[in-house]
Amino acid sequence: MAEAHGATAVSATTGGGTATGTRLLEVEGLTSAYGPVRALDGVSLSAEAGRITAVLGANGAGKTTLLRTISGLVRPVAGRVLLDGADITKAPVEAMVAKGMAHVPEGRGVIAELTVDENLRVGALFRGKVAKSEYDRIYDLFPRIAERRNNHAHTLSGGERQMLVIGRALLAKPRILLLDEPSLGLAPRIVAQIFGLLRQLVDSEGLSVLLVEQNARSALSVADVGVVLNLGRVVVTDSASALMGDEDLRHAYLGF
Amino acid sequence: MQQFVNVTLTGLTQGLIYAAFALALVLIWRSTRIVNFAQGSMAAATTFIALALIQAGYSYWLALVVSLASGFVLGAIIERVIIRPVEGGNELNAVIVALGLFVALQALIAIIFGSSFQSFPAPFGLEGFQIGGNRVAFTPNSLYIFGAVVVTMLLLVALFRFTRVGLAMRASAFSQEVSRLLGVKVGGMLTLGWGLAAVVGSLSGLLIAGGGFVYPAYMDSLIVFGFVAAIIGGLDSPIGAIVGGLILGLALSYISGYAPRGSALVTISALVILMVVLLVRPGGLFSSTTARRA
Repeated sequence: MAEAHGATAVSATTGGGTATGTRLLEVEGLTSAYGPVRALDGVSLSAEAGRITAVLGANGAGKTTLLRTISGLVRPVAGRVLLDGADITKAPVEAMVAKGMAHVPEGRGVIAELTVDENLRVGALFRGKVAKSEYDRIYDLFPRIAERRNNHAHTLSGGERQMLVIGRALLAKPRILLLDEPSLGLAPRIVAQIFGLLRQLVDSEGLSVLLVEQNARSALSVADVGVVLNLGRVVVTDSASALMGDEDLRHAYLGF
Repeated sequence: MQQFVNVTLTGLTQGLIYAAFALALVLIWRSTRIVNFAQGSMAAATTFIALALIQAGYSYWLALVVSLASGFVLGAIIERVIIRPVEGGNELNAVIVALGLFVALQALIAIIFGSSFQSFPAPFGLEGFQIGGNRVAFTPNSLYIFGAVVVTMLLLVALFRFTRVGLAMRASAFSQEVSRLLGVKVGGMLTLGWGLAAVVGSLSGLLIAGGGFVYPAYMDSLIVFGFVAAIIGGLDSPIGAIVGGLILGLALSYISGYAPRGSALVTISALVILMVVLLVRPGGLFSSTTARRA
């Protein structure tokens, strides 16, 4: 165990649990296709517990399809998805969050017609009764959305929406958080703030993150491990610092 | 003055029934983006179930409960078996399926219960109350209609506002994919939504039948008024459906009460009101200001 559960308000946010460095989420030979077009072609990668794994690549590399296939929104043609050793490839989408996997989809995924508070409560529905202190904890992490808790989510700015969906995902006490392009359309200052908070949650609470990003420079600055996808295949997997240092690779695939 | 009071009271009573029917349409539209053209036939079917029980000697109240319960089951089964395969696909497919269901159910009712006019009892008197020596056009049965619709609406509001299942239903209606990712069993919520909508639709069918005649197509005029009420309100807004129903009920009552040859103008007036509202506010009176993602 990385740490004790529930002993302090801080550790109450995530499911944590598995020792840092063990393979929490494993993807083996995953192939997904939209009609004849293969968006993923035999992708294998793993996300380790207590680490941030960044999946990088250009538009159309298959990053979003990867996350959607992992969480069951897209059914793979071949390959397996394992969560803590258990095969979840065929599990229904609705069951994933209870298994400890929270997927924040591309484009924020707030439910615009509900209030901020209601959005959070939907995220905790599957857990049954959830103590008020857990909501307070999320509002403490994101004071900006606390001020707006009774406003409809469609009134939020892009940054606030991203905070809301991450907070909502944290309320599910996930062991692993799948984030799809959290930096999209956000000011660099907000991106830094959100990534900094993720790093903090990973380091202090044993949260694990699988992050999909087109913004490779920001993602590598916060990640432990980087996986570069190109046209549905894994090009390279290495530590984030090694990828940062590999100028040829950065120029060829990451655009900086 | 007395005529004005009478016409107003009649309009409000009718308007509440339109509102209930419109509400049933709105509930289904919000959750599945399908206009349920079969709502009228479904309500007619459950009203005939109630009539069969009443004719067999059971009380009106037992018949009411069985009828509403069978409405729930009918709505849930129709969603699961007939609507589910066309959900999320081409919109026209769902429209055709709903229209087909409308015709098929009506034919089925005629086969099972016959196509003749049959009188349907009202649970309360149809003689107006005496107020200050004058008899007004507000009967004990009107009071029952008021109570039944208002209580049903309050229960629905409470369900959606204050319960966990209500929140799950709203989340599913607004964003199916996000709700599934958050662990909400969206399929079950859609089935439940259709079931509840069919209960409200069945209630409107029973209320409009009370003290009158029923036959397989007796809901047809209510379908027109219910649709107009729902669209006036914006089709997406439960409050809009209720306000739309009341506006339409009052307007039609004033027209039929005051205009020369008014009763002949009622149906066409409903459509004129619809046109005027849509010209002024194309999204309906209560259309949400949110740009909805398709």
